Amino acid sequence: MSTVLTPETTEPAPARTRGFRMPEAAIAWLQAAPLALILGFFFLLPILTIAIVSFWDYDFAGLYPDFMTLNYVETLGSWVTWKTYLNTLKYTAMVWGLTLAIGFWVAYFLAFHVRTTTMQMVLFLVCTVPFLTSNIIRMISWIPVLGRNGLVNSTLVDMGIIPVPIEWLLYSDFAVVLAMVHLNTLFMVTPIFNTLMRIDKSLIEAARDAGATSWQILWNVIIPLAKPGMAIGSIFVVTLVMADFSTVQVMSGGQSASVALMMKNQMSLLQYPAAAANAVVLLIIVLLMVAAILRVVDIRKEL
Amino acid sequence: MSKASEIDIVSVSKIYGNTTAVHAISLKIPAGSYCCLLGPSGCGKSSTLRMIAGHESISLGDVRLGNTVVTDFPPAKRGTAMMFQSYALFPHLDLVDNVAFSLKMKGVEKAERRAKALDMLKLMQMEAYANRRPAQLSGGQQQRVALARALITDPEALLLDEPLSALDPFLKIRMRAELKKLQKTLGITFVHVTHSQEEAMALADLVVVMNDGRIEQAAPPREVFERPATAFVARFMGDHNVLTGRAVSSAEGKVVMEVPEGLTFAVHGDPQEPGAPVDLGIRTDRVRIEPASAPGLGFNGIVSNIEYRGASVKITVIGAGSDDFTVIVGDSSFYAKPVAVGDAVSLSWAEEDVILLGRVTA
Repeated sequence: MSTVLTPETTEPAPARTRGFRMPEAAIAWLQAAPLALILGFFFLLPILTIAIVSFWDYDFAGLYPDFMTLNYVETLGSWVTWKTYLNTLKYTAMVWGLTLAIGFWVAYFLAFHVRTTTMQMVLFLVCTVPFLTSNIIRMISWIPVLGRNGLVNSTLVDMGIIPVPIEWLLYSDFAVVLAMVHLNTLFMVTPIFNTLMRIDKSLIEAARDAGATSWQILWNVIIPLAKPGMAIGSIFVVTLVMADFSTVQVMSGGQSASVALMMKNQMSLLQYPAAAANAVVLLIIVLLMVAAILRVVDIRKEL
Repeated sequence: MSKASEIDIVSVSKIYGNTTAVHAISLKIPAGSYCCLLGPSGCGKSSTLRMIAGHESISLGDVRLGNTVVTDFPPAKRGTAMMFQSYALFPHLDLVDNVAFSLKMKGVEKAERRAKALDMLKLMQMEAYANRRPAQLSGGQQQRVALARALITDPEALLLDEPLSALDPFLKIRMRAELKKLQKTLGITFVHVTHSQEEAMALADLVVVMNDGRIEQAAPPREVFERPATAFVARFMGDHNVLTGRAVSSAEGKVVMEVPEGLTFAVHGDPQEPGAPVDLGIRTDRVRIEPASAPGLGFNGIVSNIEYRGASVKITVIGAGSDDFTVIVGDSSFYAKPVAVGDAVSLSWAEEDVILLGRVTA
């Protein structure tokens, strides 16, 4: 038996007595430290600060540490808040529905109709090209297209299809939703594409063998198997749209409000505690929405 | 019960761009028989099966099932059902819904289709797992569910694409027996693709050996084993030595051929043109380690390898233009007269154990 022992197996014993050796627990803490520090400083601390500030008092000149619920009472008791929340939820629902529909079809096309892997990758990269510019620039570039004398209106008027320019193209809910869909569809495409690529092609053949039509295959096989990807994409889109303020401000021309825009306005008036209270409420609502998505779809197998 | 159909494949080809995967093969599979398509990977056996199933378009030729030409029919209209290599069970459905899938597609009521699916699962002895998902089953159980799903459409022919390749060796043998039993009970035609000679021999009524997109031999297993039609079949089935040379003379139903090394061998067979290439097949288990009794029925060689296999010993000999001439001798006769690597040995065989192998005329 002793002949089996190699030098490697006998060496650690003297090494242990010679050098300094940390206790097991310390090593474990040390290994967890980098992530814990990053999450602590950049995630927990800011949230904690917001939560604390939301209970403070304020006036036009400064913030006063306090513990009062007035900020919440004002936020939740105001009808403007409720209307703004409803408006934001309306945007979220519309953008979610549209990005899900468009994102699924784009991903479906890429995964099942593009035959070569090279072409799939090329087309997928083409989808990401718009992301090479900033959000604001992509948003602003809609203005010359949709404006009163923009591309769409002047073309339609010149062709004689409409007598006067359409007013609701820009600075309207339509413009907001259009820009949001444009900005966020890729967040839907990517996870759905990922799940679709993992579907075993023989499942589709098996379904066809069982007499399923293309629509039946889509409905009974592909969509159920794509649900985790749809859920992940939905989480991205919902959280991004719920927290959006720039798109709403630019594309509605200041005529519509969103929760984040309301917070931004409060902050520009130095009403930090009110904005913080609003942020806490928004955070809770978004977390509830994410929880609802996760309840419907089990995404664990995707992670 | 028997509503099996004969499958008739009439000069069917499969062409992908510039490559031809299947070269105008013709094959009749009798109704209610168990047919194994056997061959190395890339020989076109899977393409052939998929063309019968309708999952691959037929480039040229026709497939007839019973009295219907099904060449342009979609898979579900052909009366065939396919069982896929990895079973292709739907991971998001439980076993009942998996089995009931085709009924659901036909619009059968939920209660009715679930009852039928449950009956099918009972037939496969899987009813205890009816509400599980495929991922919770073992390989053998998944195979039974896949069988149930394929059979619920009441097919005239069941097409199986390497059904046993995902199983461990022990289970393979058990599921093999179950497949054979099932085929006997149902009486429908089974077409089974495999690359394992053993599997094909054990299961098939008709073994179809394919190579390079062509059928080398289609015959009952015993005939394929005892009288391989071509050198490829003899080598692939693995129980024949193949000696290659040119015909020297033919007389009295006997052909004499000469290997490049200058040795001559005799074999019964149709007369051959002098100089024509000739292949001989010699059963590995009929070769004896003793001098030849008649000219042309043996040679001398050098033992290059010895493998002990339990009941038998496999001796590899270099000689007569072959560097892996194999001799299988029983363990008792080997140990009664052992040879060692490097020994010079005389090998011989009886006249009836050597056959003339044909060549595929493409």
